[in-house]
Amino acid sequence: MSDDHDDSPIAARVRELEAILEEKGLLDATELDRALEAFAHKATPANGFRVVARSWVDEEFKARLLENANEALPAVGLSMGGGLQVQRLRVVENTEKVHNVVVCTLCSCYPIALLGPSPTWYKSPAYRSKVVSHPREVLAQFGLELPADTEIRVWDANAESRYMVLPRRPGGTEQLSEEELATKVTRNGLIGTAAV
Amino acid sequence: MSERFREGDRVRTSAVDPDHHTRLPGYARGRVGVVIGDDGVHPLADLRARGIERPQPVYLVRFTARELFGQGDHTVTLSLWEEYLSDE
Repeated sequence: MSDDHDDSPIAARVRELEAILEEKGLLDATELDRALEAFAHKATPANGFRVVARSWVDEEFKARLLENANEALPAVGLSMGGGLQVQRLRVVENTEKVHNVVVCTLCSCYPIALLGPSPTWYKSPAYRSKVVSHPREVLAQFGLELPADTEIRVWDANAESRYMVLPRRPGGTEQLSEEELATKVTRNGLIGTAAV
Repeated sequence: MSERFREGDRVRTSAVDPDHHTRLPGYARGRVGVVIGDDGVHPLADLRARGIERPQPVYLVRFTARELFGQGDHTVTLSLWEEYLSDE
C-alpha cells in the first residue's frame, strides 16, 4: 500500500487533532496560518539559486555541500530546519557525464525551504510514474535533450531525505558575479528537469 | 545502532505488498540493488504510521533500470529501511 502517504493514518489523526484543539479554544487557527505563511514566505527557489551560485564560485563550499548539505547551508544563511523537523538534504551534482533528476514516487516530498512550493507537475501521477521508468523521454518533454552517453540518475525521495540538483555552470559566465550567476538558475534546474 | 549492510553490498528488497502503509514503492519490490551509502537512522515508516516508533538504519540503494523495468540505461536510487532488505 505504497501509492500515497498523504493519506496515512497519521495525517488523518493530525487533521482530527487540529479540529479538536480549535474547538476547545487551545489552538488559534489564524495563528497557525500565520506561522505557515511565515514559513512559506521564506521558502522560495531564490534560496536554491543562491546555494548553486555559491557552489559555482567557491569550491570549498561546493565540496562541503556535496558531502553534508545540512552543515554547508548556514554559510549562506539557510537551513533545512524551517519546518517542523530538520530534514536531511542531499545535493547531487550534474557533470559532463552524469545528469540527476529528482522525484517522489509516493507523494510529493520536496525541499520546500530551498525550492519553494513544488510545481503541480511534480505532484502529478504522470511525472511520478514515468520519470523513474523513462527519464530520457520525460526530460525531452521538458525540452531537455541529453546526449546518448549521459548517464541519468533518478533519485526517489521516498523516505526521509530531500534532494536538490546542482546544475552545471553554463559556459560564458566566467565574468559574472555570484549574484548574477544566481539569476541564471531555474527551479526546474534544481529538480533536474532543466539543464540550469 | 549497528548496521547490517555496508556500501557495496548487494541486497534484495521484500517482494511482499503489505496491506499497511509502507515506503517501499511497488516498482522496487523484489528487486536486487547495491547499497551506495547510509541514510541515517529513522523510525520505520510502516510502524510510525500506526503510532509505533522503532528506529532502524536506512540505506541508499541503487538499482539499474534493467533490473526494475526490464529496460533502460539509467539508475534509480531509493532510501530503504533495513527491514525491507535481505542479502542477495
